[in-house]
Amino acid sequence: MRIATSTLQSRRATSLDEALKILSDEPRMPIAGATDVYVGLNFGTLKEKSYLDIWALDELRRISIEGEMLSIGALATYTSIIRSKAVNDRLPMLVAASRLVGGPQIQNRGTIGGNVANASPAGDTLPVLAAVNAVIVLRSASRERRININEFYTGYRVTQRKADELIVAVEIPRVEGKQWFRKVGTRAAQAISKIVVGAVRSSKPAIAFGSVAATVVRVPKTEAALARGASIDEAAKILGDEITPIDDVRSTADYRRRVAMNLLKRFWSETQ
Amino acid sequence: MRFTLNGSSTDVDAHPMARLLDVLREDCGLTGAKEGCGEGECGACTVLVNGDPVCSCIVPFSQVDSAAVVTIEGLGDDHPLQHCFMSEVGAQCGICTPGMIMASLALPDDPTLDEIKVALAGNLCRCTGYSAIYRAIALSSQVARERVDGQVGNRT
Amino acid sequence: MSAVGENVPRKDGIGKATGRALYADDITFPGMIYGRTIRSTIARGTVKSVKVNGGVPGLVVADHSDIPGDNVCYLIEKDQPFLVERDVRHQAEPILLLAHESREVLNAVDVAIEYDRLEPMFDPERSATCFKRIDIKKGDVEAALAKADLIVEGTYRTGSQEHVYIEPNGVIAVPENGGIAVYGSVQCPFYVLKALKSLLGDRMPVRVIQTETGGGFGGKEEYPSMLAGHACLLALKSGRPVKIIYDRVEDMIATTKRHPSIVKHRTGVMRNGRIVAMDVDVLLDGGAYITLSPVVLSRGCIHAAGPYRCDNTRIRGRAVATNTPPNGAFRGFGAPQTEFAVEVHMERIAEALRMDSVSLREMNALTLGDTTATGQKMGEDCSALMVLDEAVRRTDFRKKRDAYKGTNRAIGLALFYHGAGFTGSGERFLKSRARLDLTETGVRIAVGSTEIGQGTRTMHAQIVADALGVPYEIIDVAQPDTSLVADSGPTVASRTCMVVGKILEECAIEMRAKLGPLSPAEYHAKHGAFSVLRTYEPPAWIVWDDDTYLGDAYATYGWGCDVVEMEVDRDTWEAKPLKVTAVQEFGRPIHPNLARGQIEGGTAQGMGFALLERVVMRDGVMANAQLTNYVIPTTLDTPEYDVVMLENRYEGGPFGAKGLGELPMDGPAPAVVNALRHFGLDLREVPATPEIISLCASR
Repeated sequence: MRIATSTLQSRRATSLDEALKILSDEPRMPIAGATDVYVGLNFGTLKEKSYLDIWALDELRRISIEGEMLSIGALATYTSIIRSKAVNDRLPMLVAASRLVGGPQIQNRGTIGGNVANASPAGDTLPVLAAVNAVIVLRSASRERRININEFYTGYRVTQRKADELIVAVEIPRVEGKQWFRKVGTRAAQAISKIVVGAVRSSKPAIAFGSVAATVVRVPKTEAALARGASIDEAAKILGDEITPIDDVRSTADYRRRVAMNLLKRFWSETQ
Repeated sequence: MRFTLNGSSTDVDAHPMARLLDVLREDCGLTGAKEGCGEGECGACTVLVNGDPVCSCIVPFSQVDSAAVVTIEGLGDDHPLQHCFMSEVGAQCGICTPGMIMASLALPDDPTLDEIKVALAGNLCRCTGYSAIYRAIALSSQVARERVDGQVGNRT
Repeated sequence: MSAVGENVPRKDGIGKATGRALYADDITFPGMIYGRTIRSTIARGTVKSVKVNGGVPGLVVADHSDIPGDNVCYLIEKDQPFLVERDVRHQAEPILLLAHESREVLNAVDVAIEYDRLEPMFDPERSATCFKRIDIKKGDVEAALAKADLIVEGTYRTGSQEHVYIEPNGVIAVPENGGIAVYGSVQCPFYVLKALKSLLGDRMPVRVIQTETGGGFGGKEEYPSMLAGHACLLALKSGRPVKIIYDRVEDMIATTKRHPSIVKHRTGVMRNGRIVAMDVDVLLDGGAYITLSPVVLSRGCIHAAGPYRCDNTRIRGRAVATNTPPNGAFRGFGAPQTEFAVEVHMERIAEALRMDSVSLREMNALTLGDTTATGQKMGEDCSALMVLDEAVRRTDFRKKRDAYKGTNRAIGLALFYHGAGFTGSGERFLKSRARLDLTETGVRIAVGSTEIGQGTRTMHAQIVADALGVPYEIIDVAQPDTSLVADSGPTVASRTCMVVGKILEECAIEMRAKLGPLSPAEYHAKHGAFSVLRTYEPPAWIVWDDDTYLGDAYATYGWGCDVVEMEVDRDTWEAKPLKVTAVQEFGRPIHPNLARGQIEGGTAQGMGFALLERVVMRDGVMANAQLTNYVIPTTLDTPEYDVVMLENRYEGGPFGAKGLGELPMDGPAPAVVNALRHFGLDLREVPATPEIISLCASR
């Protein structure tokens, strides 16, 4: 399908201030690596007509450690995350997730901010971020605010980002405990997840799943059961009831549920 | 909009949201990059942007402003990868070959088999089952080394 | 210095690797406009009205009333129209054609179609319309079943499969000289020509030229005729060249796919493992129109008893209609489906007898003097035991199978064969021809066979060079243009080397006789050019009855034995192939690297069929028609291949070669499922996705 380019308009920002000024004047869809946005455009399913190209905002590419905080700029690509010493040290499960996004071409273009903003329930980095209580940093021309990613999604592909805001960074506090990540895709590379898990083992286990609900989800009942010392089998049963996977073209609710329970057990035994 | 295409500075007037793939194929007349899927899944449209392999079917034209874009045409017709893809039958029907070669350019010298597989995980081939592609790349490393040695030898 | 058997430089040159090879979408013509197909959105019913909304300046519109000849996309039967007149039989059936200079304008045109809907039929087991019935009887199967020690029954299913040639279908129709030329991505330019003559009437000059083609696998055997017809109608209406290139979604939804199958076996065996009766029922879902279903059924049924000796066999096959887009040719053409069934069934027979499944195969495999289910006697060119023995030995199969017990690894095996060339009297009816032209510098091959990646140009040139006794370098190959080359029959059925190569070999021998001791250039300088045109003569010993389906089904067979080692993740039931050993016997390779490429590529496609590739149908149309959701193997999904090419020269083929292109497709699916069965999973279908495996595990 050919994009109806003549019906689209795009403005390109060369600084963050410029970008935020434009957004404060008029609503536009921000695009960075555009890997998923362009699929929608190519197939005519994305109806947006006005775009703000923020690819040039190098100031949003920084990855740094500031004390206890790992700060990843919204435009950090999966490739830069994979190569970042800071991320490898502090959040290796994000590196693991990034390696499984698409293939090299997608990793060179896709960004963490894009993954968060796109709000797909199958987003590969989202369970990692949810399990570590990552904070989404939003900025508009007038203010900056921070929202825990576990409060960021209010419905299927609906986020708390206001039309005049850009995601500028993702901040991760120091992670206490063992990190664990697993993605089950439709194949070994270039795969959308059928189920994806990010988890941290500590006295307060944190477990997040993608592709089992309308958004990425934590599983508080399961986490509480494990924290109070329930057996892993009991916790897995609770998990089976807590998540709400569906049948779709890629997989089935039944498979997703059973695999989620198995992966919970695998997480538990591998992080002893 | 100005950008560098295969080493030369170029100025192309195209819509900022036009696909880079279409600008290359239609405005620039370079049909080496192919459309296999239009969704960034098959890699047949792979080109280098500032040295990185990307799927040109999902890159908005405005985003290569002042960037260096290299397509298969930029390799000429005497690159070791090109010869080896033909001789080792890494190319059967050839439609995935330009994208495969461009993605291969990101590999280090003498890559391991695992490095090759990961580097090409975003390029689908339906004809070869990939093994001949690995053989082509391995041979190409050897040929490239021999060329350098030959040049060094000629100079001493 | 011989060319045959050597990895000579390919006649394709370097264009595929430099971006200079020109595929359909790379080519433009002055004044060219673009075409678009408006398709039905219901599976069954009638069209009440078609309205193109908003006068769009410059828009070209064509419907069935614009057809000068017959609205019949002629293939075997005359049931499929180029464009719907009134009756809709499947979703995505073409109704209206549009063309415009601007693709953006073209895609924005809104067409409103009103239908009267009828209840569609999607279940092949309940279909009332049978396209073709086949009954093959040998001996007395019921009597033999009654005397058997044990009867083993089973039902096996294979799903649809999409070709995913990386270049989608595309053509350009160009008005010329009061007629029309069609350039396009096609496997069979003469099939397209025939269909266009039906569409346009006999008096319009038509020629079809193959452009560099980015993969076919059977998906461009018959479908391009439909596409070419559409482009021609728009070109004639507008007077301008019209290009129609399908995007991936349209290609996957609207074009042909592999026939889904349900195969039932009822087999009588003796305690010692000897198979005494095979009763097989084959059901293929043909989709809404006949297309090639009768021939797919034919090949499927002929191979349905597997490469085994059995005195009493009955194979009953039906290809039936459903209200889905018609299914068609796909590498293997019915055999991957039925050989999947028989090979998994053999594994189950071994399980029932508590017998080693390799020993069961050894005991029953066809050898010299045995007859097949159609009564064809096996000659020296039968290699069933050769490939089985080599595969078992090379992989240390029995030892590995025992060692893997109780682990999350398993090993599985499949023995298979594939008839080369058209079935029975098919080659006789085709009357394929080949021509060699003497030129100033050498010799030109002028055949209708197409290069689609398998190496046609190169392989034919090797054969001609050696048969003529001239250097390979002076042979060149004409681009297939139906007005310039001989009609060599379609590039399908693993016949391009064995059949067309054979005609070329004979042309070369005849040319050599005429040249005497002179080289081509010397002769040309002295006497000028000449051509040798010959028609294929199938071996005289072939006897075949089209009514009883008995006799010599194929001139010869290729043989294969695949061994697959798998690892299953107990948490996710993901089945990962670790290694595939493919032992294949196909006469001898003309170009070893090209032959190896067929085996590796066909095996990879078979592995996708076995594990990954699932066509999800909803309301009679493909619901996962994107490469994101219909997944084929990537590098990381593909294991190490160990390919062994055994030789058993077939004297009826050029330099001893048999057919190869499809053989590799028949082995992987049953080998994979047989490996998975060793985990105790009673799997009887492909694709064996993790979801299917997990359901199996829970039973």
